Amino acid sequence: MTDLERLDQFLRTDPRDVGCEEATAILHVYADLMAAGADAAHRYPGVAAHLQACGPCGEDLAGLLLAVTTSRRDG
Amino acid sequence: MEGATVPAQDLDAESASWLRRLHASAGERRKSEVELHARLVRIALAEARRRSARTPVNGQELDDIANQAADDAMLAILAKLGDFRGESKFITWAYRFVILEVSSKLGRHYWRNPPVSLDAAQWERLPARFGLDPARHAEAAHIMAEVRRIVDEELTPHQRRVFVAIVVDEIPLDALAVKMGAERNAIYKVIFDARRKIRRSLVANGYLDDQGLEHG
Repeated sequence: MTDLERLDQFLRTDPRDVGCEEATAILHVYADLMAAGADAAHRYPGVAAHLQACGPCGEDLAGLLLAVTTSRRDG
Repeated sequence: MEGATVPAQDLDAESASWLRRLHASAGERRKSEVELHARLVRIALAEARRRSARTPVNGQELDDIANQAADDAMLAILAKLGDFRGESKFITWAYRFVILEVSSKLGRHYWRNPPVSLDAAQWERLPARFGLDPARHAEAAHIMAEVRRIVDEELTPHQRRVFVAIVVDEIPLDALAVKMGAERNAIYKVIFDARRKIRRSLVANGYLDDQGLEHG
């Protein structure tokens, strides 16, 4: 990826982006789909767009997904 | 909202068990609450430690925050048990509370020992944030100067303050939200609008092409 492409990628906004409130509201549903190997992004494209762009919400998803997968693995 | 609906009768066995036990009479309910709380503490500690490199909090204080997050999440879960609609496994729904509590509490603690102050405006570090090297690429230096001009001249004062804090100074979004007394979503929206405005200006002035330019 070139310098300009990196900058362009950061500046691009996705009109489907649902924002933090809506993404957070179904974070557990999204995480369960991911943990089950389902295509969560296809089912919730607006949430996927947000999680890709919003660092804090993306971190929350990463933490929740890790909690769920670790918990299932360890019982 | 992109809502999800799963019929209650499709609840998985583990979730159904949690709900039954948490609604049971005193003895069984208490036992299940202790079990759930222990899980929340474990998850909170793991999550706080996972995030520790990006916060100024560490050691015992980090563990204290995690335990407090687990306690607060437990209270919220018990208060909202009636809101669980079976859209996910119960335990995933419950873990969401504790993850969000850890996230929120660490955001609040950022300002006790912040690595940078608000309005530090470290513009000289911005190119590195995007992996740009102005010393090697004149074009990168040129476009960074244009980004700064747009931020200074075209963003609103509020957009400028938020953009500089988040993007230039790398203050965590949650920490800035705490400082400004705003919700995470409100700060995100300001950054979203600023990114769109900057990109449109760069496109209008020929720095970026307009392929796939967003609408709205």
